[in-house]
Amino acid sequence: MKIVTICGAGIGSSGVLKVNAERALRALDLEATVVAAEVSTVRTVAADAQIILTTQEFVEAIGKTNADVIVIVNLFDTSELAQKLEDALG
Amino acid sequence: MSLPPLPESAIEIDAFAVDWRAAVRLSGEALVRSGAAKPGYADEMIRMIEDHGPYVVIAPGLALAHARPGPQVIANGLSVVTLKEPVRFGHAHNDPVRVVLGLAISEAGAHLAAVAAVANIFNDSSAINELAAATSAAEVQRIMGVNPS
Repeated sequence: MKIVTICGAGIGSSGVLKVNAERALRALDLEATVVAAEVSTVRTVAADAQIILTTQEFVEAIGKTNADVIVIVNLFDTSELAQKLEDALG
Repeated sequence: MSLPPLPESAIEIDAFAVDWRAAVRLSGEALVRSGAAKPGYADEMIRMIEDHGPYVVIAPGLALAHARPGPQVIANGLSVVTLKEPVRFGHAHNDPVRVVLGLAISEAGAHLAAVAAVANIFNDSSAINELAAATSAAEVQRIMGVNPS
């Protein structure tokens, strides 16, 4: 499974999301490759992804995609991340 | 995982910012003082927010200002600015901001360990309050887990 985290520069927020998503996945005992990327590359990076994790600001720019787009409010709330990942994968 | 350098020169306590742009500019000036970035980096950080919105407010009270690696970055570096009065970035959930981190990364791809180290600090949700209440640069460095310089 591939998960892509998206933000503006592909560095800050998406990096934090990647780290904390990996933490949440471990807690859920799930395996996935998590890639952080900037929104301008979403079409190529997320072409084979099952899930896109992002914040509200980027939903419109991500646009149409086959992946499930999950919006995270607090990037450090691993229980929010775990809950939303579990809902999407369950 | 190692945090980007956070020397005392990159820390400003109880700063006053009239709005979010001024707050981000302070975090950019701190990166200039520590030798991590050129003055134009603050403009790039502000432009990221103008282009994409207040997504840099990554947790309640905490903004992680940054732009892309590029000619305005001299070396990897982190800055911490705590605000005397919180400012609003326009974030739906995490406003107002009391602590602004400035992040300069010199090379794309090599940044994830640095960002992971930042993330690890703030997975302890008390870290933001502790930073906001810090009264010295040394205290900020202690909370961020770096040796005083």
